[in-house]
Amino acid sequence: MTIDVSTPTTDSTATTDSTDAAATSATTPGLSDAEVDLLRADFPILGRSVNGHPLVYLDSGATSQKPRSVIDAERRYYEESNAAVHRGAHTLAGEATELFEEARATVARFVNVADDEIVWTSNATEGINLIAYGISNASLGRGGAEAARFRIGPGDEIVTTELEHHANLVPWQELAFRTGATLKVIGVDDDGALRLDEAAALIGPQTKLVAFSHVSNVLGGVNPVAELVALAKQAGALTVLDACQSAPHLPLDLAALDVDFAVFSGHKMLAPTGVGVLYGRSELLNALPPFLTGGSMITTVGLTESSFLPAPMRFEAGTQRVSQVIALARAVEYLRGVGMHRIAAHEAELGRRLAEGLRAVPGVRVLGPGAGAERVGLASFVVEGIHSHDVGQFLDDRGIAVRVGHHCAQPIHRRFGVTATTRASSYLYTTTGDVDAAVAAVADSRDFFRVA
Amino acid sequence: MASRELEGLYQQVILDHSKEKHGYGLREGASGSSHQINPTCGDEVTLNVHRGADGAVDSLSWEGQGCSISTASASLLSDLVHELPADELTRRIDAFRELMQSKGAVEGDEELLGDAVALGGVSRYVTRIKCAMLPWVALEHALVQG
Repeated sequence: MTIDVSTPTTDSTATTDSTDAAATSATTPGLSDAEVDLLRADFPILGRSVNGHPLVYLDSGATSQKPRSVIDAERRYYEESNAAVHRGAHTLAGEATELFEEARATVARFVNVADDEIVWTSNATEGINLIAYGISNASLGRGGAEAARFRIGPGDEIVTTELEHHANLVPWQELAFRTGATLKVIGVDDDGALRLDEAAALIGPQTKLVAFSHVSNVLGGVNPVAELVALAKQAGALTVLDACQSAPHLPLDLAALDVDFAVFSGHKMLAPTGVGVLYGRSELLNALPPFLTGGSMITTVGLTESSFLPAPMRFEAGTQRVSQVIALARAVEYLRGVGMHRIAAHEAELGRRLAEGLRAVPGVRVLGPGAGAERVGLASFVVEGIHSHDVGQFLDDRGIAVRVGHHCAQPIHRRFGVTATTRASSYLYTTTGDVDAAVAAVADSRDFFRVA
Repeated sequence: MASRELEGLYQQVILDHSKEKHGYGLREGASGSSHQINPTCGDEVTLNVHRGADGAVDSLSWEGQGCSISTASASLLSDLVHELPADELTRRIDAFRELMQSKGAVEGDEELLGDAVALGGVSRYVTRIKCAMLPWVALEHALVQG
């Protein structure tokens, strides 16, 4: 069937979901096969073949594919409105600035926070480093009395978890080294669930910050945000949520989650690379010393010192990633058009099918939540006797794209006694057929490598 | 069903060497040693060079863990190295690197590389060249040490 996908208003989003992120999802239906097929027509790359087979893209946890409306939004910006934002007084500069700030409002609404609580970064990693270096700068005395709440040093503790992506671990290791604070780590149980007993024992008056992910990029389980936030609040500690694997896949209400900071990345949620989002509570962002400094983030610049704009602009030094930001807003509109509750329900079903299918293959061990437990559309697994690179190569030969290796999370692999896994991860455009093809190929890889 | 390219990548000799690893188990008395890691996947190899009285390399010993390509490559390399002078080994490492970078255009020289020519299929897979090179790079570093 032919679908007109040439303008941003005609993406064949399956339905319109205007409910906000806080609405209940218990009974929301997922997406039917027919609806997913309609969505797939919006993604040009899904029509290509790889190694003589139709592409089966199961690496959305690493990066998502882009609908034509997002690609068009970026191109249209360059064709019609390209100009420097927040400087210059000509018409194009005004248009570009307006689009740039409208995008901020769109993304803020998507996660239920205020516009000025959204800071653009290059990626989620930069967002976490922005917080860490802001704290570091406060600890050196920058930011005056307002920033005193961020100061940390010897005797203070930063708490993170064993299942973090390196991006939510290494910046805290480095912050601890720079300030003399100590880094503590909450472990996981054999199903990959965070040990809340350990968390309760670790988080105390000495804790200044608790950083954790919403959804593990290796295990696919949803972490107990409310419990961790409660523990942190009791201790007077700041919270940082890595929402990279939740913002694209689940309804995300940052106000309801009551975290102090959160980060997520555009490219994992249908947008281009090069744009990430940092959320911070307004009063915190306005007290945190800046990370990157230079043009566009200042009020008055003297020869030996300068003063800074309020958030978010105090964190947006230099030329901004305007086209990516505008395309990210279009991606968010696309996701809202389909409905985050329906996407979550669709992917929960795919995740269940994937984990069950893989567990039925002899010699396959799936990490993370056990049968029946909540899981997003993601499963990392080990095929006994075959290295993940070899499993991935066999799947690629059939046009099936999965991730292999440690997925930027070495500690959690070590926790489960492996150095590498194969990871299949879904998105709204993933079909049950994709999942079944991957499971069948994993089973066949055992014959090919003669471990059956 | 697998494609001809995939069958070419995983030839029987490679699958055999990935299971029966020749030279596996580090031996003492090494003149040089190197630990190499592929940070993108965590594969690693530690390789020892053992020299005879004349300074030639008698043999290698190695340990590590990784995919079938990297382990088979270390095993095949171990088979190749018997009483060879260092400059001859360097010549062979260069020949192997050239084979890996050939994108399938070069037939490996069996005189120089022995059964390791079977790894030629790797050159068609740009993401796997690092796997095959890992032990050869380790040898290169270990030779510089002694």
